[in-house]
Amino acid sequence: MTAEPQEMAASRTPGAAISAFLSRRPWVRLTALLSVPLLWLVLVYVVALAALLVTALWTTDSFTGEIDKTWSLDNIETVLTTALYRTVTLRTLGLAVLVTLIDVTIALPIAFFMAKVASRRTQRILVVAVLTPLWASYLVKAYAWRSVLSGGGLFEWLGQPFDVQSPGYGMTALVITEAYLWLPFVILPIYAGFDRVPDSLLEASGDLGGSGPQTLRWVVMPMIVPAVVAGAIFSFSLTLGDYIAVNIVGGTNQLLGNLVYTNVGAANNLPLAAAIALIPIAIMIVFLTAVRRTGALENL
Amino acid sequence: MTVTETADRPPRPAPEQAAISLRGLRKEFGDVVAVDGVDLDIEHGEFFSMLGPSGSGKTTVLRLIAGFERADVGTVTLGGTDVTTRAPFERDVNTVFQDYALFPHMNVLDNVAYGLRVRGVRKAQRRARALEALGTVQLGHLADRRPNQLSGGQRQRVALARAIVVEPSVLLLDEPLGALDLKLREQMQVELKALQRNLGITFVFVTHDQEEALTLSDRVAVFRDGRIVQLGTPQEVYEEPRDPYVASFVGTSNLFDSAVSQQILGRAGIHALRPEKVTLTDAAATRTDEPVRVTDGVVEALGVVAETIYLGAAHRVIVDLEAGPRLVVLEQTAGALAAPEHRGDVVWARWALDDVVPLSAEADQ
Repeated sequence: MTAEPQEMAASRTPGAAISAFLSRRPWVRLTALLSVPLLWLVLVYVVALAALLVTALWTTDSFTGEIDKTWSLDNIETVLTTALYRTVTLRTLGLAVLVTLIDVTIALPIAFFMAKVASRRTQRILVVAVLTPLWASYLVKAYAWRSVLSGGGLFEWLGQPFDVQSPGYGMTALVITEAYLWLPFVILPIYAGFDRVPDSLLEASGDLGGSGPQTLRWVVMPMIVPAVVAGAIFSFSLTLGDYIAVNIVGGTNQLLGNLVYTNVGAANNLPLAAAIALIPIAIMIVFLTAVRRTGALENL
Repeated sequence: MTVTETADRPPRPAPEQAAISLRGLRKEFGDVVAVDGVDLDIEHGEFFSMLGPSGSGKTTVLRLIAGFERADVGTVTLGGTDVTTRAPFERDVNTVFQDYALFPHMNVLDNVAYGLRVRGVRKAQRRARALEALGTVQLGHLADRRPNQLSGGQRQRVALARAIVVEPSVLLLDEPLGALDLKLREQMQVELKALQRNLGITFVFVTHDQEEALTLSDRVAVFRDGRIVQLGTPQEVYEEPRDPYVASFVGTSNLFDSAVSQQILGRAGIHALRPEKVTLTDAAATRTDEPVRVTDGVVEALGVVAETIYLGAAHRVIVDLEAGPRLVVLEQTAGALAAPEHRGDVVWARWALDDVVPLSAEADQ
């Protein structure tokens, strides 16, 4: 046992020697694998978030525009007590909820068809069709909706025979645009969820006397709830933080996203913007804590 | 191990009607003909096995009976009622799936009670009946577990309990023991047989394991390429295989083609001989110039042992007959010290002419 391994080691190539070294030292192996991504995660993600929190605790000198680095809860207090911020928060929340509901409602039948009804070929085509819009620039898609909804645009032209007016720019246009933008992110996890329900379970339910609706209610739905929640997390969080579409089709409405944007860009008040940005973060923490129970986080 | 009669159980159909009757059944998947003209009657209370290699159409026939597939041509009749176009939930049959298909989000009790739940049975009653069914398969103590916390054998029993709790007149079993290890499989075979006897309902059992089919069944249908090639009791199928395919798929057989048959047996046509029908004796002292002799209906053929394989309870000895073919012989291990033939030994292989089964030539071989 003593002489043989050394003899073998001598005849090894350097690559094999490194492999052997690593296989004997799991700790080194793990470090080599994870150090770079971990460094990235800490620097780009955690540090940036911490910086945001810290910035929110500073203030801006309204006269010079210089950032005053003395600790203060003024910004947080402003955000929590001012009626404007409360209204905007509720409006943003309402938009996110509405967009999520619409997306889930549209995604459920499409995802079901893709996973359980369509042939293999159709299934592949549909997956590509769902993914394709993600290749187009976000900005282009938002502007496309602006043109569709504009006076004399496609929407009005199509609606004319039925006496349907374009909603113009505003909350309705925003709901439509956001629901359109995030739909693929909702379809894909739900599709994966349906795909994971084995056909034999549906057959077993029918075999035991369960009709279609009963099978849906007692077998399929409980099994895809986590996937639906996973999809909802995407549409909800993406809507919550969006400001570009808001600026493009949202009309004069203020939402959290563009409030942050205005404070940084126009008002040059980074600390206040950081404080406002904490609102969606707080909402997401509450939301994620609530959905953690459903097991949805294992489905992302 | 009794099952109580309950009020919501459908009345048994008249016994003169077959439990399952298939007529001219045909099913294609694309270019593949999975089932090609199957006619079959399965009696009430029968343990019926459909035996064949994968792709022989046996599972498709089962799925046609259950209603998961719709026949292209032909009819499925259950207890005298034509159910060819009915949905699975409108048929009085239940299936035990190969992968068990237990609902992962329900515990064992809810899984078993599912069939009662969709029928609108009240909670207290369905709990009682589910527990009773679980008792039948000796799993009453695991009612609160989730399927993923059970072993393969336990899942198998839950699937059984779930299927019998709704008291179907026919139970369909799709290779239910395929995923279990040998010891457990043998144990479950005994239990399945006992369960079928106690319930008194029809079992239709799909398997590719010929030994399992022979052990369990009242009758066996051997499938090949979407057709039934032989139908009969296990004894009939084993002792009198119809053609070379059945002879070699069900158990092992020595096959003599027509030239060899003529030479050794003095008969025309193809013949099969089971390995256990042959006895070997040492021929070192008694060998003759004549490689084969037939006296009083007993064939004796001279050969050389090519290989001896120890199987525990028996030895498999492979003998190259001087007359030409290679013969597989199964010898019971008589005693611990009984020396089997060794490689190179010259032996007499001896068997009765009556044990040689004439086969019909296969049309498509």
